[in-house]
Amino acid sequence: MDIVELSRLQFALTALYHFLFVPLTLGLSLLLGIMETVYVMTGRAIWRDMTKFWGVLFGINFAMGVATGITMEFQFGTNWAYYSHYVGDVFGAPLAIEGLMAFFLEATFVGLFFFGWNRLSKVAHLVVTWLVGIGANFSALWILIANAWMQYPLGARFNAQTMRMEVTDFMKVLFNPVAQDKFVHTVSAGYVTGSIFVLAISAWYLLRGRHVALAKRSMTVAASFGLASALSVVVLGDESGYTAGQNQKMKIAAIEAMWRTEPAPASFTIFGLPNLNNRRTEMEVSVPWMLGLIVTRSIDKPVPGIDQLVEMAKKRIHGGLIAYDALDRLRRNRGDARLLSTLDAHDMDLGYALLLKRIRPDIQNATEAQIQQAAESTIPDVPTLFWAFRFMVGIGFWQILLFALAFYLSARRRLDRHRAFLWAALISLPLPWLACELGWIVAEYGRQPWAIEGVLPTFLGVSSTDKGNVIFSLVGFFVFYTGLLVADVALMRKYIRLGPDETLGYAVAPPGAREAFAEA
Amino acid sequence: MLDYQTLRLIWWALLGVLLMGFAVMDGFDLGTASLLPFVARNDEERRLALHTIDPVWEGNQVWFVLGGGAIFAAWPPLYSAAFSGFYLAMFLVLASLILRPVGLQFRGRFEGWLRRFWDWCLTVGGLVPALIFGVAFGNLFVGVPFGFDPDLRFVSGITLVSLLNPFALLCGLVSLSMILLHGAAWLNYKASGAVAARARRVIPVAAAIFAILFAAAGFWIAQRNGFRITSPIDPDGPSNPLLKTVAAVPGAWLRNYFAHPALWLIPLAAFAAAELCVLLRRSPLPAFLASALVPVFTIATAGVALFPFLLPSSIEPDMSLTVWDASSSRLTLSIMLGAVIVFLPLILAYTAWVYRVLRGPVSPESMSHDGHY
Repeated sequence: MDIVELSRLQFALTALYHFLFVPLTLGLSLLLGIMETVYVMTGRAIWRDMTKFWGVLFGINFAMGVATGITMEFQFGTNWAYYSHYVGDVFGAPLAIEGLMAFFLEATFVGLFFFGWNRLSKVAHLVVTWLVGIGANFSALWILIANAWMQYPLGARFNAQTMRMEVTDFMKVLFNPVAQDKFVHTVSAGYVTGSIFVLAISAWYLLRGRHVALAKRSMTVAASFGLASALSVVVLGDESGYTAGQNQKMKIAAIEAMWRTEPAPASFTIFGLPNLNNRRTEMEVSVPWMLGLIVTRSIDKPVPGIDQLVEMAKKRIHGGLIAYDALDRLRRNRGDARLLSTLDAHDMDLGYALLLKRIRPDIQNATEAQIQQAAESTIPDVPTLFWAFRFMVGIGFWQILLFALAFYLSARRRLDRHRAFLWAALISLPLPWLACELGWIVAEYGRQPWAIEGVLPTFLGVSSTDKGNVIFSLVGFFVFYTGLLVADVALMRKYIRLGPDETLGYAVAPPGAREAFAEA
Repeated sequence: MLDYQTLRLIWWALLGVLLMGFAVMDGFDLGTASLLPFVARNDEERRLALHTIDPVWEGNQVWFVLGGGAIFAAWPPLYSAAFSGFYLAMFLVLASLILRPVGLQFRGRFEGWLRRFWDWCLTVGGLVPALIFGVAFGNLFVGVPFGFDPDLRFVSGITLVSLLNPFALLCGLVSLSMILLHGAAWLNYKASGAVAARARRVIPVAAAIFAILFAAAGFWIAQRNGFRITSPIDPDGPSNPLLKTVAAVPGAWLRNYFAHPALWLIPLAAFAAAELCVLLRRSPLPAFLASALVPVFTIATAGVALFPFLLPSSIEPDMSLTVWDASSSRLTLSIMLGAVIVFLPLILAYTAWVYRVLRGPVSPESMSHDGHY
């Protein structure tokens, strides 16, 4: 493995670990807000105890999220130095604003959530709880604005004087349509994760007949919040498909394993075996019209296939070479107006020419065969994307079903009567995490070979650090994070097994008891 | 929109403010964790000492995260060069800072040797960053072996061993003693009983060590090579570090001080603040505020000496990063300035409110009242 692959592996590893904790923080923080709101509005002490009990589990998870998140903020600099130089002018701003606007809010108030129960009035503590949740969600917004720019780099342009991308229109970076879809899709996935977490653990209590009052109320909240969120995940996932269809056609084609452009409206492949050798998808089972409708919102626009997109990439590589040549000459003749206007006319294709750097450093001398090879390198890993996407969507629909059932049973007050349902809820516990990780793979692995779609190939973004350093940190992070994960899961299990009474150190208030009882 | 030169100067100052914010706010968390074996003798005392930072360290640590984000946004070449250049040092800092959130969350939830294990993790997690940040600062004065290729790709010959040169290690110890002083002043103010009493005894020792090492670093720097820009400077020029010439000149790091003698007040204030902290140690809050000024003036001392350099190169001095050629575009700097003007006062306001809610010393009684569950 070379330094590019090692750095990618480390990024994937640290991002996937980080993303084990983030979705639960997003969902559980709002669920805590909802539970505590019920407590403040009704004065029923059991809702306060629910907030505190789920809060303990939230705290363990939150610490892990913060710990693994620190790495992410600095890893662009340590391992992706050329990336940071090349796009820092655009990409750094949302990360910094995330700190200013969101992370500060969340992190400053989370301490008061735990230690402020007896120092704050009921309403003030409720406000603190909501501020933690709002901070966490705003945090996701800014991170996804930064990420959306990697998928769809709007509002920026290459500057030959500084050899990097620079912001031209910040509003376009901010109101990137990809950011909006991704934000709602991702936080909804977080809400689903939080809801399934509460649902599954409560189901476990009900199966054992423990903490019934607390478990039933927790399930009711999780069922309604989860149902709305599970629907939102799928709707916005579909919306993401539409926006990706506008700017990341290759990603869509790879997810679909669609090698050749079909006559519009394209059909959606539910099952198939993508074959890389003959570039066909075997044993296809497909639904007519569906893909065309999702991706183009029409029945007459075609969805381009992989082969056609490779041809388009080839054209852009040729355009990019003109830009690269102008840029190269500009180094010797600074400010030459003719060269600048050539560069201006072709700079949107510059990134495509850079794909050749993987094949030869003097890319101006690339042969036609090498240009073909570079164009082929724009195809991401088709089978992985094909399957990751299908499993993710499958889990999404299963979750809707599960929450709909939970919602129905809770409305009829029968949550604890159906053991089969409770078992289904319990074994669904790992599914939202699996779906979230698969979603990351579809979105980011599907972006390859680009770090910034069409602008900067991933392999160019790495630092020129020593390979040994990267191996050391990769192994270090792996060992370190795995150790922490083991401790995290052990603690979660311990408190879930102990249950609310022993965790809080007092018997959870019986249903109906008002505060006067609990304060005693 | 402000002109490019002014924006760069403001962002240079803001870079300093964020580093100071980190050193002041997270400094006492790091100091408290580092001092744990000295100030606390049993589990109950360790719990008390750590409880002084438990509700606040998470917010404090954001100064570090924000510092990273702001360098990324406002000084991308510096972000890219410094963090990839100091690769293993960064890894050690990150690893120690990762130990802290989990350590604080986990220690109380485990028992026996596992709890002791997490306590030691916390101590290491405090000592290592305090030392490494100083070492990194020291290397700015020494100069770091790096350059750029024509595509502005950063290339460097930095190794962990090359970072551990004597001058940088001295700066690391300056930083460590400063953080220990600040942590001791915090525990003296916020803890109670035996923990606070032991912390108070640390204050004069840490302050004396700091003063001696800080002075030694100052005398040493006067003998060493510094850097200065020798070509005409265009403060509104493009952020391209290949367009200037730089020379290494003995004593150049004190040029700014000799050019503007009033600046000598800054290092003097660092000594004065440390001395004040010692003198006031029987009135804990003023002593803590004095100790908070030590990192402020120490960082300002270093910043003024280095100006306009951000990261000098020892092998290709012409390619050093400076305030005039390592910033973001004018548009990004002004957008980010807007964000800081809106959010920084808000952050300071709600942080102050949180500390007010948590006011009062931490004692076994206050801990049972807060219900540490």
